[in-house]
Amino acid sequence: MIASFMDLGAPVSSSKSRSGGSPQLDFPDMESLPPEAKEEPVEPPETRKRETAESMARRQREISISEFFSKNRHLLGFDNPRKALLTTVKEAVDNSLDACEDAGILPSLKVEIIQIEEERFRVCVEDNGPGIVKAQIPKIFGKLLYGSKFHTLKQSRGQQGIGISAAGMYGLLTTGKSIAVTSRTGPGKPAHYYEIQIDTRKNAPQVITDRVVEWEPPHGTRVEIELAGTYKKGRHSVDDYIRQTAIANPHCEIVFSVPGEDGPLHLERGSSVLPPEPKAIKPHPYGVELGVLIRMMKESPVRQLGAFLQKEFSRVSSRVAQEICGEASLKTRANPRSIAAGEAERLYRAINSTKIMSPATNCLSPIGEEQILSGLKKEIDADFYTAVTRSPSVYRGNPFQVEAGLAYGGTLPGDELVELMRFANRVPLQYQQSACAISKAVLGIDWRSYGLSQSKGALPAGPVLLFVHIASAWVPFTSESKEAVAAYPEITRELRLALQECGRKLASHIRTHRRAAEEQKKRSYIEKYIPHIGIALREILGFSESAENRLVETLKDVLERSRTA
Amino acid sequence: MVARGFRTIGAANGKQDRFMAKKSVSAEKRGPSGGKNVLEAIRASAQDIHKKILARKKPTMKFPVRSLSNVRYHPQRGFFEIAGRKKERTLTVNTVKTFAQTLRMVSLSKELIENDDIATKREAYYVSKNWEEARFNEQPESDTVMDDVEAYFAVNREQLGFIPEEKGGDVAGRLVVIDHDRDTGKALRIDCTRFGSGAYSIPISVEQLEFETGADFILVIETAGMFQRLVKHNYWKKANCILISMGGVPTRACRRFIRRLADSKKIPVYVFVDGDPYGITNIYRTLKVGSGNAAHLNEFFCVPQASFLGITPQDIVDYRLPTHPLKDVDIKRARDAIKNDPFIRHHKEWIRAIELLLKMSVRAEQQALAKHGLNYVIDTYLPEKLRRPERFLP
Repeated sequence: MIASFMDLGAPVSSSKSRSGGSPQLDFPDMESLPPEAKEEPVEPPETRKRETAESMARRQREISISEFFSKNRHLLGFDNPRKALLTTVKEAVDNSLDACEDAGILPSLKVEIIQIEEERFRVCVEDNGPGIVKAQIPKIFGKLLYGSKFHTLKQSRGQQGIGISAAGMYGLLTTGKSIAVTSRTGPGKPAHYYEIQIDTRKNAPQVITDRVVEWEPPHGTRVEIELAGTYKKGRHSVDDYIRQTAIANPHCEIVFSVPGEDGPLHLERGSSVLPPEPKAIKPHPYGVELGVLIRMMKESPVRQLGAFLQKEFSRVSSRVAQEICGEASLKTRANPRSIAAGEAERLYRAINSTKIMSPATNCLSPIGEEQILSGLKKEIDADFYTAVTRSPSVYRGNPFQVEAGLAYGGTLPGDELVELMRFANRVPLQYQQSACAISKAVLGIDWRSYGLSQSKGALPAGPVLLFVHIASAWVPFTSESKEAVAAYPEITRELRLALQECGRKLASHIRTHRRAAEEQKKRSYIEKYIPHIGIALREILGFSESAENRLVETLKDVLERSRTA
Repeated sequence: MVARGFRTIGAANGKQDRFMAKKSVSAEKRGPSGGKNVLEAIRASAQDIHKKILARKKPTMKFPVRSLSNVRYHPQRGFFEIAGRKKERTLTVNTVKTFAQTLRMVSLSKELIENDDIATKREAYYVSKNWEEARFNEQPESDTVMDDVEAYFAVNREQLGFIPEEKGGDVAGRLVVIDHDRDTGKALRIDCTRFGSGAYSIPISVEQLEFETGADFILVIETAGMFQRLVKHNYWKKANCILISMGGVPTRACRRFIRRLADSKKIPVYVFVDGDPYGITNIYRTLKVGSGNAAHLNEFFCVPQASFLGITPQDIVDYRLPTHPLKDVDIKRARDAIKNDPFIRHHKEWIRAIELLLKMSVRAEQQALAKHGLNYVIDTYLPEKLRRPERFLP
């Protein structure tokens, strides 16, 4: 169980350590653990009871994924009460948006944070999505690693099916309250109300309440979780997350209410165009790791290696399949299930040395320049906006696409570091800024050549908001809590190019702006000070007022001309 | 070449006003009424600018660069002479503000001269408050423009009608200053032996003064405290001298007063300041050869016959004076003088003395002599020093 989690959880870690065969957990070496062992006399004291393989075996048993995460909640973003609240809202909102978009519905979300005690909140997220069929509700909300998204290669917010159940688990752990779900799949159908708890030992849902209720919306889902948390404004706040979500998803509408505010905040829709639906694709051969390749061969119903390659991967034609098999000295008609470990490794190397067409990019759904602009314009009051959507590119066989947007001037604070908003698959990334490839790319650019000030090794300073989005069927996060993007060279390169393009547009805006301001200043200087030259000369030389006027006009004219020349 | 403007304006008197002037005292007189020529110069420059503008050309004003880097030291002539470097201010969009302010300052000067009036630097600054957008926000701005105007016409600012705020200096001892009554014009004889425990105050303009004295030398003192001690004990009687207190870096009036007095009476000038880089490179050097800032005027505001009595770095050793460590600014000042000050660089004795000071890394004040008794300075130090004036530093 754990092994499978590690397998999916660490898309970044290199495959080298696993080339030996079955994946292994990196447990500390038992022998090196007790330091005093080395200093002890050669003869072990007789009284001391040593462990035997049998005694250890009695204590060795499977660890449930749920147990593992309830002990390691920080891996999922529940490190502290403040972050726990944010993560809960985030998981619920991400799920809602994914569901709406999959169903082709313009999302309308209601997000409520209700304070129950000093450090206890109830989070309610309601969407107008397609709803969930009755039988699936317990599993989706009461079982970790259950979901629709993990097994397809397609751009979506959620990936692993951990998030919302983990939030429910955290709520249960800290308050003893179940996660409450109300859902209706369509008008005329009943609305089901569930209270669910997760059995951490078994990683299985326990249904506490299950009944049909009166519920107004024609379709949609409402999730309620009570949890221990703290609510604060500012950086890393839920407010920030909601605002950024509204910017990156201008097609969604959010009604947001928080403790201590009079009425709910209504973030209006900026566009009524749904993003194009991303297509699910098969994995590209370049992106597959050896262990995964072996597993796929074992599990595939296809009986011939050549056909297996064509069927399970994208961009593999029969010619390419033949080429790979030839390179690996394997028969195309060999049975994939009977490929030995050594042969699999040959096949793996052959795949990577064969030229294969880049993966199709219709699995991606970028926000688009126009939509980024509309998102920025609706939430940020600035003078200048620009956005860039790069063409798709590929890292390790995974297609991805980088977009950048920039807002400048207006009400943005001029003497602070720029605000950097990072997004992956339209989800705002709020923590671990410094570990993220996006931040590294921003830092790697000399913004001074684009008219901003920047101290060494710091973000640029100026009235700027930077918006960076990376869309991919598989975004390489550095951890399960999905806070930072790993710095693959291909990704870093695309990020840099997108940011530089925004930078160039900004620079030209600033230049034009500055020139106009300088022009204005010069003009006012002429208007202001030339009359004084007239006054002084008249006082000294004692000529008439009309002569003074003539002098002033001539001088103004001379300076105006020289300025434009 | 440099002081040309000054001499043209000062006309006939200018030539006699050189170092070691040989002509009579009256020939040195140069009252503020030398203004007629200044007026002409002002009008001529305004006319020039006016013509240029009407010819649709951009007018230009040339100012000598006022800094130590633009002076030359002439040992024979005895003062810092301005070197040729000039900065040119052409009327453009970027310079229009300063240009307008400079012209208005010139116009103010013209008005002052015509009405035989004066304005202090501070007053001039307040007058500018009438100039709407062209007003100065802070006095240093107006002072800079005033210094520019002064350098442009190569005149003394008193000739432009502007006077400094600062006091000139105090005088006591064997000297009669002949001034004139402001109303009747009658000669006033001021006997500097008759001020008791007080002193005669050097006026801002000293050109009209004449002197009578039987003193052997002039002792110029940095601090008011030391001056008080010498006056209190009638040291001038004992040593038959004139005592002058500078109170820090000497004002132009103070320098000019000492210069005219020493020139006209042919008596030596001995300088007694603190034994530190400030006393040597700022106070003494400015008194003797002038400053970098007013280099166009140094010819008249310097005392080339001055020599340095003490406190010398060697005195610190010889008289076992109590000392303070040199501060960072002292060290910087001393190193800077050795490297950049044309006067110090010309005199090996001074370079050796300052290097000794740097090596010891200490400074000693005039009052340090009090270690050996309050009147040690009168009874021992000054008499000992004055026995060997040829050993004074240049």
